[in-house]
Amino acid sequence: MNPETPLLSIKDLFIRFETENGDIDAVKGISFDVQAGETLAIVGESGSGKSVTALSLTRLIPEPPARYVSGEILLNGKDVLKMSPRELRAIRGSQIAYIFQEPSTSLNPVFTIRNQIAETIRLHRPDVKNVNEEIIKWLDLVGIVEPEKRMWDYPHQLSGGMQQRAMIAMALSCQPVLLVADEPTTALDVTIQAQIMTQLRELKSRLKMSIILITHNFGIVGDIADRIAVMFRGKIVEYGETKSILANPQHPYTKALIECIPQLGAGKKRLTTIDHASLPS
Amino acid sequence: MNVFLLIIQDVAVIAVVAAIIWSILRFCRSERWQRALRRFYGDWLGVAMLVVISIYFVVGISDLVRLPVKDPSGRFVSLLDVCFRDVAVEKNFSAPLAHTTYSLNGAEPLKGRHLFGTDQLGKDVLKQTMKGCSTAMLIGTLTSLIYIPIGIILGIVAGYYKGWVDDVIQYVYSVIASIPGILLLIALLMVLGKGVLQISFVLGITGWIGLCRLLRGETLKQSERVYCEAARALGQSNINIIFRHILPNVMHLVLISFILGFSGIVLTESVLSYLGVGMPIGTPSWGVMIDSARMELSRDPMVWWNIGAATGALFFLVISLNLLGDSLRRAFDPKAA
Repeated sequence: MNPETPLLSIKDLFIRFETENGDIDAVKGISFDVQAGETLAIVGESGSGKSVTALSLTRLIPEPPARYVSGEILLNGKDVLKMSPRELRAIRGSQIAYIFQEPSTSLNPVFTIRNQIAETIRLHRPDVKNVNEEIIKWLDLVGIVEPEKRMWDYPHQLSGGMQQRAMIAMALSCQPVLLVADEPTTALDVTIQAQIMTQLRELKSRLKMSIILITHNFGIVGDIADRIAVMFRGKIVEYGETKSILANPQHPYTKALIECIPQLGAGKKRLTTIDHASLPS
Repeated sequence: MNVFLLIIQDVAVIAVVAAIIWSILRFCRSERWQRALRRFYGDWLGVAMLVVISIYFVVGISDLVRLPVKDPSGRFVSLLDVCFRDVAVEKNFSAPLAHTTYSLNGAEPLKGRHLFGTDQLGKDVLKQTMKGCSTAMLIGTLTSLIYIPIGIILGIVAGYYKGWVDDVIQYVYSVIASIPGILLLIALLMVLGKGVLQISFVLGITGWIGLCRLLRGETLKQSERVYCEAARALGQSNINIIFRHILPNVMHLVLISFILGFSGIVLTESVLSYLGVGMPIGTPSWGVMIDSARMELSRDPMVWWNIGAATGALFFLVISLNLLGDSLRRAFDPKAA
């Protein structure tokens, strides 16, 4: 691939929800690039439009009510917003794969892990002969112990962390070039959260894929992200290298978000909250 | 009826039974059904009702499977007829276990003994009741085969696609539901005529509304769950999501409404036969037996065993289906321990 063209390039994306109670602009003209092999973290609070941005990459938001008012989403130079449903289905999974927030509901309760991963492998990689071997390989890669036994389990027989690992294995099994992790650790406790993040970092360097990590937690992005985009009320208010943003945040909202991270031994009685009235709209 | 039709009927009956057993076994492998099954085995009432219903089904099927042997009237005999070949045909009514025919003057000795007595033509009532099973089972199964696929497809499609698709399907079932049920059935049967196929068709095309509504609501709920979105994010097509992801998650509702709906269908068939628009006179059907009992109850002395046997058979089938349906609902209830 030409090193100058980014893997994914979003230009002036504007998404509006047209509801009976009036229009809501969820994303107001954002632009960013993701290079091959790079990790971008989109950070922002609830309702800042970060999940909508993530879902729009393969047009997963139901239309209507959503409408793409303007902008381009270029994946390897092709505009996703101009693709036919068939082309969209082809890039979902095989090019861009997702991991969702709640692992317990993102797996189908009536099928085994093996069954669900096999389904995606058959869909996107029909040339794979030995599906079971392939499944064991991926489950092993995401750190599931005894994958040849665990793959016959139903989702409810696994713990939250294991479910999320199975979900990651499912997303990776179609060998995507871009993995979108939409708050992958929010529903998990802190220990498991750290394990999953370490796992993602390892997988990223081993598989040489790009990751878009969506989170509201500045505490987890420092170790994994190459670049950070801070979203606030549907706009990107700050965008740049991780180190420079963490060291020298420019926008008051970014500063406020960084101050929210609880510090061990800081001796504070109360956690800081964001005072919305003081922020520029 | 020639031998060719006979083979087709036998093969069809066996194929339908095999398909029902296969699909139940297929879904039993899923985790939710396994759990429900374990809970169901602990419910002795439900298991007992399942046994009762199985007996009804075996009796019904034994009368549907016919052998290539003709009886004196030129019809092929069924397995049930073979079992009852030694039962004598009398000249007139006879009371249960009586020695003579049932009349005030000139009672004649009987050729045999009859547990439930005999009817006006001297036929054994127990045998007629058992033959009635086959009609009930046939209509119940055929109607279910028509209304369940319609209900599943329209219900899930309405709940999954929402928007104008949902509106159209809702309008259609609201229109059908707004016409008084029994009047619609009678009107359609007047047009189509009497017979098993006609009744099944009419009950089938009017009976899917409840199931459709139920599945629409459940699909609305399921399609909001993240696994549907995850499936879409992995590039699954809509058809695949409907049949591979949503259908297995609502299949227990289909099973429960099949069981509960079955008794409703059998009862409606009896009501229609009683009103004279259902099964043709002469067919072994509980509704026809109850219909013919109108005369028998006003006769002096009264003949009660014919209607008694038919209503008894109907009663036990309906109550065991309802109790089984309740047991299954309890077994599938996620809130139960």
